[in-house]
This record gives sequence, C-alpha cells and structure tokens, in this order.
Amino acid sequence: MSARHLRGIDDVGADGLLRLLDLTDHMAEVGRRANPKVPALRGRTVCNLFFEDSTRTRMSFDTAAKRLSADTMTLAVGSSSVNKGESLRDTVETLEAMGVDAFVIRHRSSGVPWRISEWCTASVINAGDGWHQHPTQALLDLYTIRAERAARGAEGFENLRVGIVGDIRHSRVARSLTEALVLLGASVLHIGPRTLMPPTPLAPSTDDLDAALADLDVVYLLRMQLERIDSAVVPTGEEYSRRFALTPERAKRLGENVLVMHPGPMNRGVEITVDPAHLPGSVITQQVTNGIAARMAVLFDLLGGVDLDVGSPAIGSGGAAS
Amino acid sequence: MTEGKRVLGPDDVRRATTRMAHEIIERNRGLERVVLVGLQRGGVWLADSLGEEIARIGQPVPVGSLDISLYRDDIGRRPVVPGSVSSLPSEIDGARVVLVDDVLYTGRSVKAALDALNDYGRPDSVQLAVMVDRGHRELPIRPDFVGKNLPTSLGESVEVDRDGVVIVDAAETSARDGGSR
Repeated sequence: MSARHLRGIDDVGADGLLRLLDLTDHMAEVGRRANPKVPALRGRTVCNLFFEDSTRTRMSFDTAAKRLSADTMTLAVGSSSVNKGESLRDTVETLEAMGVDAFVIRHRSSGVPWRISEWCTASVINAGDGWHQHPTQALLDLYTIRAERAARGAEGFENLRVGIVGDIRHSRVARSLTEALVLLGASVLHIGPRTLMPPTPLAPSTDDLDAALADLDVVYLLRMQLERIDSAVVPTGEEYSRRFALTPERAKRLGENVLVMHPGPMNRGVEITVDPAHLPGSVITQQVTNGIAARMAVLFDLLGGVDLDVGSPAIGSGGAAS
Repeated sequence: MTEGKRVLGPDDVRRATTRMAHEIIERNRGLERVVLVGLQRGGVWLADSLGEEIARIGQPVPVGSLDISLYRDDIGRRPVVPGSVSSLPSEIDGARVVLVDDVLYTGRSVKAALDALNDYGRPDSVQLAVMVDRGHRELPIRPDFVGKNLPTSLGESVEVDRDGVVIVDAAETSARDGGSR
C-alpha cells in the first residue's frame, strides 16, 4: 500500500476532516492528563524538515510526535547540508535512508510537499508551503471553533459565519482554512484591502470590516506581514490598523459568543490593538494548545496503521489524494 | 443485533448483572475507593448497569470509561471510534479499580487497559468483570467476576448487549466490523 499524505485540504474530504476532528478529541484528552503521553507510535520516526523559519509549528509537531512516543529528527535549514548545495531531493533521500516514516515539511515555495511525496515512500505532511497550503493549521482552527462553540452551546459548521481579516492573497492559512470551512458547509467572508485579495476569489470579499462585523460568529485575524507595509499595497501601518485592526471600539461591538482567533505570532498594534487577554471571545491560546492535539491526530491517522485494509483512515480515503 | 444463536436473553443479562454487583460488593467490603471503569465501547453499558445495581444494593460508586485504542498492540487494525474519549471520574491513585468489559477473549484488550490505566495513576488493585468469558486467552489474564462462561470456537464471534448474548458465525460479522471478538 502506498503512503498517504496530508499536503493540502484536497487530501482529505469532508468526512475525513470530521473524522480527524473526532480523533483530535481523543488526543486532547491525552493532553489533559498528568502524564500526557501514549505509546501509539512507538518505533515510528518523524522528521521535521523546515526550510523556512518557524517556532510554534515546529515545536507543535515535535511535541505531538513525542506525545505519541514517536522518535523525532529535526533539520533546520541553517545547520544543514542544503547550504552546501545538496539538492532537496538528495536531502530527502538521504534522510529517508535513515528510516523516516513521515516528513513534516515547511518550505517557502508552493508545491514542494507534492514534489517530495513523489520522491519518497514516507508520508508527507505539509507544515506550510509558500502562499499555498497549511492544512494542520486549518485543522486546529476547525477543532478550536468546534470545541469553543460547543462550550458556548452552539453546534455544527452549517450555519457558521467566519470572517477572515487581512492579507488573504499571501496567506496559506487563509487558503487552507477557507477550503476546509467551505467543505464543511460554513460561510466565509474575506475582509481586507482590495489589493490583498487573491486574483481568483475563494470566497466573497469586502473591504468594509465595520459593516461586516455584526454578522460574524468568528473573527479570524491574519498576521500582517510587516514587510508589506509601506509598500504600494498597504501605504501605512496606521492606515491599515484604522480600517482592519481589531480595536477596542470594534471589540465592544462583538456579540458575547463571537470567537476571536489568530494563527500567531501577533503583530500587536497592527492587526490587533486590543489586548486579547481582555476579550471574552479570544481563543488564541486554545488554538496553540489544540495545535498539538490536531497534529497528533494527523500523525496517528497517517502512521498508526500497520494493516489498514481494515478500518478507515481519515486522510486519503475521501479526498482527491493520489 | 445480528441473527445467530441466542445464549442469554434480557432477563438473564439482568440477573447476571445483579449477581456480579453482589459479588463486587462482597469482595470489596464497604466499597471504599471502588471505581468502575468500562472499556470503550463494549464495556461502557455494563459498567453503567453494574453501577446502578451497586448503588441500589449498597451505595453509589464512581463509574468511568477508558479508551484503549492508543494502547493496543494491533494499533491501526481497529479504527478509533469517535465519541469514545476516556473519562475517569476520580483519582486513580490508591483506588480499587474494577475494569468492566462485555466479552473476555484473547486478553489483549485487558492488557491494553492495564497499560492505559497506569498512565492515570497507581491503583491499589485492579479487578476484572466481564459479562461473557469465551476462552481462547493469549495472555495470563483471568476475570474476577463473570456473567457467563461460554465455550466458543475460534470461528465464532460473540455479541453482547442489554438484550442478551448471541453467538454468530464470524464470517457474517468480519466483513461488517472488521473482526471477531
């Protein structure tokens, strides 16, 4: 049987997403224990291959693998032979020869996880490629939305209205999350400057945050890349904040059950000028905690099977996976 | 429930549950620090029933459930069942845990449950209650409380719920739920 991958939301169907969310419940329970570790992936090796800076995603995957008792290898590009001119393919093949069961890959170029999955027999998990996909972030966001809404007495994705605010065009987080939410029947509104909307729209869009605010169940703030400020697309940081930041005034207008989310790290004073610690609807810390459980679910689904002709994995059984 | 040979009916299951409840009370005089823990998913209803009976005859004891899917030695062969997250009602350190399952067969589920329990704390003792012991053990594990000893062949599977116990030809069920138990 060939390896299964989580490279983009396309690798999972709606049923697969829901199954991963249920599996995340089990992993979250492990995380709440005094000893948050289970033997499920003993003897498996997960290799974190990060060609682009990341702290929280890399630590989150590393922790997830360890909590499942898998062994981990981490290659940060700064210390690797990639700087000596070794090709990406050689690097992957060398590491695979050491006995890797799954590669977790972050790369600045879109599509790299798909290329790597053609070169190796291990499972490939995309931890962010260029402006393209970041499926485990989408999964942890879906899980956080589901768990936090359930805690507030609301259920299901069908009537959910999510506003994603910021630089949609360059955001792999926005792309994966939008695809996943739409698959599950939620409605998504992209909010931001016209210049930062994708050329091919993924969802309806507006540049009027104040008008949209009243009709949202979730306000999802994206990180504004500082290097884009002062360029032609966003004239000044003040101008951006005035129109698109979650300010104390806007925060007051949110309903009490509206969730405020951010994939981190936050640019305080740019996309958010209110202290999220003072927002009752802020679930930004929960997103980080849930990230470990969601990544455990993905690793377990991909690597937990020794004999998968019985049972049905979530990933690659319903989507457009190869 | 699948068609098959019915060995026990609803009344038999109720009587067996009551008898096991009496035995659990007798063995654990005073029921102090006793916790019933049903194995997900087959053991959960029986743990609930035993809990009701013990409360009726003696006094209430905490009842919880344990998901063993991350501890099995055949991980991946059985899918993790959604909605069956572990829920332990009280401190496991120092408790007298009674593990509860519907069918005792190879003993591997019980072994996984002992491993899982260990991650929550160190019980003073662990006992095992099952509705049906069908034999064919592959590990040195024995039950403390049994509803019915039921000799079976490897080609059969046993289905248990509140309504009774049925023996079915495994060929009928293997295609459906991925294996006999």
